[in-house]
Amino acid sequence: MKIYVPRDAAAKALGADAVAAEITEQAKSRGIDVTLVRNGSRGMVWLEPLVEAETPAGRMAFGPVTVADVAALFDAGFGAHPLALGETDKIDWMARQTRLTFARCGVIDPLSVADYEAHGGLAGLRRALSMTSAEIVKETTDSGLRGRGGAGFPTGIKWKTVADAKADQKYIVCNADEGDSATFADRMIMEGDPLTLIEGMAIAGIGVGATKGYVYIRSEYPDAIEVMQAAIGVAREAAVLGTSVLGSGRAFDMEVRVGAGAYVCGEETSLLNSLEGKRGVVRAKPPLPALEGFLGKPTVVNNVISLATVPVIFEKGAAFYKDFGLGRSRGTIPLQIAGNVKHGGLFECAFGQTLGEIVDGIGGGTASGRPVKAVQVGGPLGAYFPRALFDTPFGYEEFAGKDGLIGHAGLTVFDDSADMLKQARFAMEFCAIESCGKCTPCRIGAVRGVETVDRIARGDADAIPILTDLCNTMKMGSLCALGGFTPYPVMSALTHFPDDFRVAHQEAAE
Amino acid sequence: MAPALSAEAVLNRTDDIVTEQAGLEGPLLPILHAVQAAFGYVPQETLPLIADRLNISRAEVHGVVSFYHDFREAPAGKHVVKLCRAEACQAQGADALADHAKARLGVDFHGTAKDVTLEPVFCLGLCACGPAALVDGRVVGRLDAARLDEILAGFGA
Ligand SMILES: Cc1cc2nc3c(=O)[nH]c(=O)nc-3n(C[C@H](O)[C@H](O)[C@H](O)COP(=O)(O)O)c2cc1C
Ligand code: SF4
Ligand code: FES
Repeated sequence: MKIYVPRDAAAKALGADAVAAEITEQAKSRGIDVTLVRNGSRGMVWLEPLVEAETPAGRMAFGPVTVADVAALFDAGFGAHPLALGETDKIDWMARQTRLTFARCGVIDPLSVADYEAHGGLAGLRRALSMTSAEIVKETTDSGLRGRGGAGFPTGIKWKTVADAKADQKYIVCNADEGDSATFADRMIMEGDPLTLIEGMAIAGIGVGATKGYVYIRSEYPDAIEVMQAAIGVAREAAVLGTSVLGSGRAFDMEVRVGAGAYVCGEETSLLNSLEGKRGVVRAKPPLPALEGFLGKPTVVNNVISLATVPVIFEKGAAFYKDFGLGRSRGTIPLQIAGNVKHGGLFECAFGQTLGEIVDGIGGGTASGRPVKAVQVGGPLGAYFPRALFDTPFGYEEFAGKDGLIGHAGLTVFDDSADMLKQARFAMEFCAIESCGKCTPCRIGAVRGVETVDRIARGDADAIPILTDLCNTMKMGSLCALGGFTPYPVMSALTHFPDDFRVAHQEAAE
Repeated sequence: MAPALSAEAVLNRTDDIVTEQAGLEGPLLPILHAVQAAFGYVPQETLPLIADRLNISRAEVHGVVSFYHDFREAPAGKHVVKLCRAEACQAQGADALADHAKARLGVDFHGTAKDVTLEPVFCLGLCACGPAALVDGRVVGRLDAARLDEILAGFGA
């Protein structure tokens, strides 16, 4: 019998390792032959550890499973049991998704090239190897894929700049710094289907003429680092990486590099400095990294999800991918629903669902059962949305039009106990802690920002216009989006939840 | 904690680490990570050697060590508990949990008491099962005060 227990960090954080050990133990004592696969997560974090058993009727899910449940699951022959959820793919949350980037995540053994190929893997790379550089770049452009790291820059256009640059060495750098709160798509794909990222990087390398790649993974992700390193090993053995990619005679290889706990190193130029062994200070642009990136060479810097989506685009074609979506947001987006939410996890679907559909419909509202007060979209630099804006469709332009951003598509749900003044203060505090120090509006502004919010909290309403001014200065005068976008959470909190800034005033006056 | 090494042993080990990593493009971060893995922190006395071997200034190496939150200039306690302070965990009660941890250990973030170092971390990618923590490098989700007390009691703290 084949049983799956995720090795995903969220599953582990909820006890998956102990459950896996108990399954091995029970199988042994019962004399049952069990093949245990440590797969990725299906993304239903509220059901983790989610155990699956392969049966003649399909893959059956059980969850959330504790060590104490395991014996009873064996007694029931992994059939009728109170934790039984039916066939995994038919669970409502799964059935409603369009899984393109995450099609294999949670399904396959993350470190089996055979499993990977049996589920469509490497078809994209094989196709790319039969194309010219110009055709690869055009296919990427035609897919409408935009950077999933937050800025939404068209991936194909970035690749074209690098492809057209003349240099003795070019690089593909994968940005796996994923520092935004509420985001875990990069982590999940690296732990659950790392070969898709490797394949995507290889396609990028072949496309732009780069032979070397780096994945810069944040140190806060020990599990992802381990799986990614192992996956590079199996990819080399299978000649997916190496001097002759799949026997094509074309070289591409890559390695993992580990960050050191600086949020700003997610910014691409800071990341490049960090990779070079320098302080993670942001570089002024131009020069673009595409022309003068790692060690001064032309470099593609792309987010994990951007690169991990490339294989399916090449497998199924640009037109197929582009067909999904809304407006200028093409394809699918892995939503990461987090915070105080009933059904938290990763849900991949075409762009265009409204915020309300996502939070209430998919997420099921708050975990506490209290009303949703605010949803922060796009991480620590993203705006807080009130219920009044729940009709906003999920798309780059649509969110920008509401003074927000989708960022890396993480959503944090807060119930009505949230204090938005406190959240505004945190945004400034975070910016102050993580600022690279290069420009004054960010370095000094964020510290002043914390002080100014504290004044408002003490009942000084005169500080409110000062905070607004400060936000304008930071927005206009900062070199990168850390200082430049911190005003989004601050101003959205102030604009949409003015009572939280006034109540404090009244309390202080009493 | 690793047994105290002689100054000479520290430098010898550091020299080996630099030799192992020197072939990398941009070797400094991998070297510093390896040094910290070997000694539990980045000893001041290793910096001149690293600078010398990489042919960069001491100030540059020092600047890098001090820039990144991960690198310690002194050893941590025997156990390290990193509590997530970021928004999704805040929405699930991380602030109260942090207050509880600080009160129980009698230290603020970055402090060490009873062999336990308490540190903040901004997101562990466990945002749908917060409050999250990294305890001696192992992930923990849906942490609450009772569970944290259990973990700390297990450390004798
Ligand atoms: C402060 C800051 C942090 C960022 N963090 C990340 C990150 O963790 N991951 C990421 O992919 N992009 C991050 N970005 C965006 C990158 O600078 C860059 O746009 C991205 O890596 C490009 O890849 P893409 O086009 O595939 O999105 C960050 C930007 C800023 C200003
Ligand atoms: S805005 Fe802040 S983080 Fe960005 S370059 Fe300026 S000081 Fe550095
Ligand atoms: S916000 Fe705490 S783990 Fe992401």
